[in-house]
Amino acid sequence: MITRMERREFLKLGLTITGVSVGGGFLSVVSNFKKVFASTEEYRKKYPYKPHYTMLIRQNRCIDCGECMKACVKTNNVPGYGYRTTILERYEKNAIGSKREFIPMLCMQCNNPPCVRACPVEATYKDKKTGIVRMHYEKCIGCKTCMEACPYDARYFNDERHAIDKCDFCFDTRLSKGMKLPACAEACPTKARVFGDLSNPNDEVFRIVHQMQKAVWVLRPEVGTKPNVFYTTSDREVSDEK
Amino acid sequence: MAKTKKAKAIYIWDAVRSINGSVLHNLHEDIDSLLSGGKIYFFLLIMGFLMVYAAGMFGVSAVNMGYREAYGLTREAPWGLLISTYIFFVVTSTGLCIVSSIGHVFGVKQFMPIATRAVFVSIVTIFAGFSVMLFDLDEPFHMIYSIITPNLSSNIWWMGALYGAYLVFMILEFIFLLLKRHKPAAYSGLTALIFGISAHSNLGAVFGMLHGRDFWYGPYMPIYFIASAIMSGCAAIVIFTWLGYKINNEKIDKQMEKALQSVGKLAALMIAILIFFEIWKVITGLVGSEDKRLAIFSMLNGRYAFNFLVIEILIGMIIPFIILIKTRFMNMNKLFYASILMIIGIFFMRYDLVMVGQVVPVLHGINVEEFSGLVSYAPTIYEIAISIGGLGIAIIAFLFGEKVFKGPFKGHKFGIHPLDEVWK
Repeated sequence: MITRMERREFLKLGLTITGVSVGGGFLSVVSNFKKVFASTEEYRKKYPYKPHYTMLIRQNRCIDCGECMKACVKTNNVPGYGYRTTILERYEKNAIGSKREFIPMLCMQCNNPPCVRACPVEATYKDKKTGIVRMHYEKCIGCKTCMEACPYDARYFNDERHAIDKCDFCFDTRLSKGMKLPACAEACPTKARVFGDLSNPNDEVFRIVHQMQKAVWVLRPEVGTKPNVFYTTSDREVSDEK
Repeated sequence: MAKTKKAKAIYIWDAVRSINGSVLHNLHEDIDSLLSGGKIYFFLLIMGFLMVYAAGMFGVSAVNMGYREAYGLTREAPWGLLISTYIFFVVTSTGLCIVSSIGHVFGVKQFMPIATRAVFVSIVTIFAGFSVMLFDLDEPFHMIYSIITPNLSSNIWWMGALYGAYLVFMILEFIFLLLKRHKPAAYSGLTALIFGISAHSNLGAVFGMLHGRDFWYGPYMPIYFIASAIMSGCAAIVIFTWLGYKINNEKIDKQMEKALQSVGKLAALMIAILIFFEIWKVITGLVGSEDKRLAIFSMLNGRYAFNFLVIEILIGMIIPFIILIKTRFMNMNKLFYASILMIIGIFFMRYDLVMVGQVVPVLHGINVEEFSGLVSYAPTIYEIAISIGGLGIAIIAFLFGEKVFKGPFKGHKFGIHPLDEVWK
């Protein structure tokens, strides 16, 4: 349950924050129901990939400990000058209660990825099976158009690989080897990152994305990228531990 | 069938022989002429070589250091001076192609004398652009994958493919012009023009189709690129023709003067059109999203204000416009100075276009601390040296061209052709 105070806090934030829409019964006046589902109807009914990998970020659980970033760096050999995932920090000095909020960021694995369209040599591509936006490192010419195209700043140039590098939900390093979770989701001590499969209606992420009681949003919905990373808040008392 | 083949073979053989005759036959004379010239010729030549030498040194060490160390680029602003210099050169090349085609493709007589030189300089500038671009791509050899696994939805792919075709037809056109075969020259010119405009508008679309970036997104960019290319082409033709006559110690003759006046008039028209473009870019941007407004403000009173208002608008457009109108396009020297100002303005126009589009971080809108400020970028000495090297390549190739193709470049002897015949 969301308390009255929290609702008010939400309303205040929801109105000031661009790109994030807050939904739910009480707030439906100021939000768009479609955005609560983070996608349009037609997209919601049909998930084109199997498994349709996705990540749900329970934003209020993030405590900025940085374990996800450490795990990512270790697993994917990410150099010091770059990152595949990071934690952003929002500070609202007029907010009631907590004034700080942490936003974990990674590649949104968009269903309509601008980076994939922009690449001249198909060095970056949408994996036909899983929907993950992956890299053929050996093809990259280093034109950096995909970095310009990405609305989420999810890409960086990796000198060692001589190619653009990005989050692939640890497909190369973990998922393809039979492991179930990306390194960041496994490392998160507060379970802020929930990894799941949208093509499976029994999946936890599917159930949270398809309910209407609690706000679920995506970043920068106005760009029309249809991200597969969703954001929500989580009530502490609900025991949805993985 | 066999007969036409034979005729074709003979035709090609003739063509090769006459290239031999007109150019290669006099190789000794050419080499002699390369080494003879006035003060301006040698001054420019030495400057050109120094520029290329410096660029080579800095370029090689940038390759060794790694571009991340050598260039001032960041994750938030991955495109910098090299990209804008590349755009500057290919804009000029496309503009030269467009302006030269007015004469020898579409048969407007006043524009005919400038054609051959314009085509040559167009080839030169696109090579200069490509050589600068080479130092921005980390793995240029991987471009082979643009053939093996092409992405047909990518503007960069189309730009590359179309510029490739453009270059081929420009070279063909130039060869035909040297051979005085005006009909195939006009056809190659027309084909090159179509490829050039497609390629260049695609370069605009590289920016215009990035829907995550408000400042660039929309149909404005391709149109703006073509309009500014024509202005760029006019300025380049005046500069290179004026210099061509200067280094050969000759006086600009009547026909060429008339041609340059026409080019000047077209330049003034294009300045007016571009000022119109700039005004509406600013006004529409001011009512847009916050990201776009921030970008526009950076051009009006932020870090790009001097570049935009003083260099791009005042020096690059308003002052040349006044000079052109005041002198009524009659004074060749003033036309030359106005063109120099225009070219400087256009260079900064490219730089502003690339950098202002990146000045607001893509995640600025989610109000996080990390992206609350604007992205800063300053070109490093490596980027500056390599960009100047591109100019050096253009200067050297132009000077040698002036010596080798001295005859063909002269309007009254060669440039005007009976084109009425061509389109019959």
